[in-house]
Amino acid sequence: MSSLAIHLLWLLIHLVISIFFFVLKIANVLESYLISSGFLKKYESINVGKLRYLAVVVDSEDALQINKVIKLVQWLADIGVKHVCLYDNEGILKKSKDIILKNLSCVKLFEEGDEQSLRGKKTMSLEFASQSDGKEALAKAANLLLKKHLKLRSLGENQEEKIFTEAHMTEALRAVGSGGPEPDLLLVYGPVRCHLGFPAWRLRYTEIVHMGPLKSLKYGSLLKAIYKFTLG
Amino acid sequence: MKTERNGHVYIVCALVVLEFYRLLPLTVLSGNGGSLMRFFLRKTMETESSVTGGYRRRFTGFLRKCMFSVLSMGPVPNHIAFIMDGNRRYAKKRNLQLGEGHRAGFASLMWILGYCYELGVKYVTIYAFSIDNFKRRPNEVQVLMDLMLEKIDELLKEESLVRQYGIQLYFIGNLKLLSDNVREAVERAMEITAKNNKLVLLICVPYTSTDEILHAVEESCQDKLDHSQAVKQTNGSTDHCNQTSQEDHEHDIKVVDIEKRMYMAAAPDLDILIRSSGETRLSNFLLYQSDKCQLYSPAALWPELGLWHFVWAVLSYQRSYSYFEKKRKQL
Repeated sequence: MSSLAIHLLWLLIHLVISIFFFVLKIANVLESYLISSGFLKKYESINVGKLRYLAVVVDSEDALQINKVIKLVQWLADIGVKHVCLYDNEGILKKSKDIILKNLSCVKLFEEGDEQSLRGKKTMSLEFASQSDGKEALAKAANLLLKKHLKLRSLGENQEEKIFTEAHMTEALRAVGSGGPEPDLLLVYGPVRCHLGFPAWRLRYTEIVHMGPLKSLKYGSLLKAIYKFTLG
Repeated sequence: MKTERNGHVYIVCALVVLEFYRLLPLTVLSGNGGSLMRFFLRKTMETESSVTGGYRRRFTGFLRKCMFSVLSMGPVPNHIAFIMDGNRRYAKKRNLQLGEGHRAGFASLMWILGYCYELGVKYVTIYAFSIDNFKRRPNEVQVLMDLMLEKIDELLKEESLVRQYGIQLYFIGNLKLLSDNVREAVERAMEITAKNNKLVLLICVPYTSTDEILHAVEESCQDKLDHSQAVKQTNGSTDHCNQTSQEDHEHDIKVVDIEKRMYMAAAPDLDILIRSSGETRLSNFLLYQSDKCQLYSPAALWPELGLWHFVWAVLSYQRSYSYFEKKRKQL
């Protein structure tokens, strides 16, 4: 009997919290409309130069909404972000790479050396990543380092300390096709604040911001997140 | 209906009282440690010593237990990690000496550990010292190392909560970077508490995630080399050309090989990662392990983190539990 009462209490607490989040969501929607319609002046001029590399993590189920993804990337290009990495755990965005790029203007696929070549231009470079660039890429890079180690050993030199350094690891990751710069800001579009397996090697000092599910994508909240980052 | 309403009123009162209790100025603890009960006792006595103080203590303890019994109706996190950020800012805010901020942080850690133990959390990981922190001023690094030695000694005393509550201490990180006396104390602490099994406290010092990944890669490379040596010896063959390409791939390092060699392989999957002081970065902590865990960044500085933040973290975890279970099953 008493455990039933406690269980009901637990349900009640969660109900109260859900109502709280619902009210918060309405407030966010209102704020977002105010921002996009230009009422809040402080969001008009954002120093986007401070944001060198932005990453967007999308929950794999949300990633099926390709139009929303295209809209998001186009907004980012319009705001003036130069380099964006789109990540989803299962690689759905990677598979839809061509469709996404076809529907965007002033956006090209990421290549090494883009940071220099795109300076001063309006084009944005877009990278696609998935789970294979995370844990699996680490395993592939490990195999590369092992081969290097074996080669050096067969030459008779004991160079263990020189092979297993962070710089060599970064180089090995680049060689297996999963190198890429470290994002300054990571926006998570999903039900929960979690980076969902974004490549760990690149996540060291990245600010992680939760934007909510992709279906409630709003220009105002995107602008607010970028603005808050450029302030800090 | 009446029981629910009364229960709701009790919970609100409990949270108000506990928050007030938490916001009372944290008096800096002197060197002696103590058991959890004596710890709470001394704290209350430092702030008020009347008869009502005793009743209030029992009342708040009772309310906290009620709160936890309600929380345990839902899924309880098994492994929580904390980035204890904000000690230096706290010391600046209160005009305290540098070391006092860290001491206040240690006191806060004891509170949080107590809450975790009472709720039933089995693994607690804390980011005590990053390899990057060695770049700080040498006297600050020395202060931290001395404090660590002092607290390890305190925790190993008979009446400390580590002994009484059966907490196992586990030090995670590149221990070779520590000075000899600290490393010896650390190894001794792990040995002494090895048999405790009620709660495991994993202390990351000195640790960075990239260092852990690199170490795991190096160890798994060594494993593969040892394995292929052993295979060669049993087969009696030294001819590389006999190996087919399929065999080559079987000998490749896989993700499970690396995960086996991680320092954090001693602990189960992470459920919640809490970083105090409102920063949203992970600062090279558990980057590999936090792929399916809730990230929570309360604005409070670490010494100010209290029961209310802890309860909120657990409630958020319970709300997203079904989502993470689905993600884990998809693997």
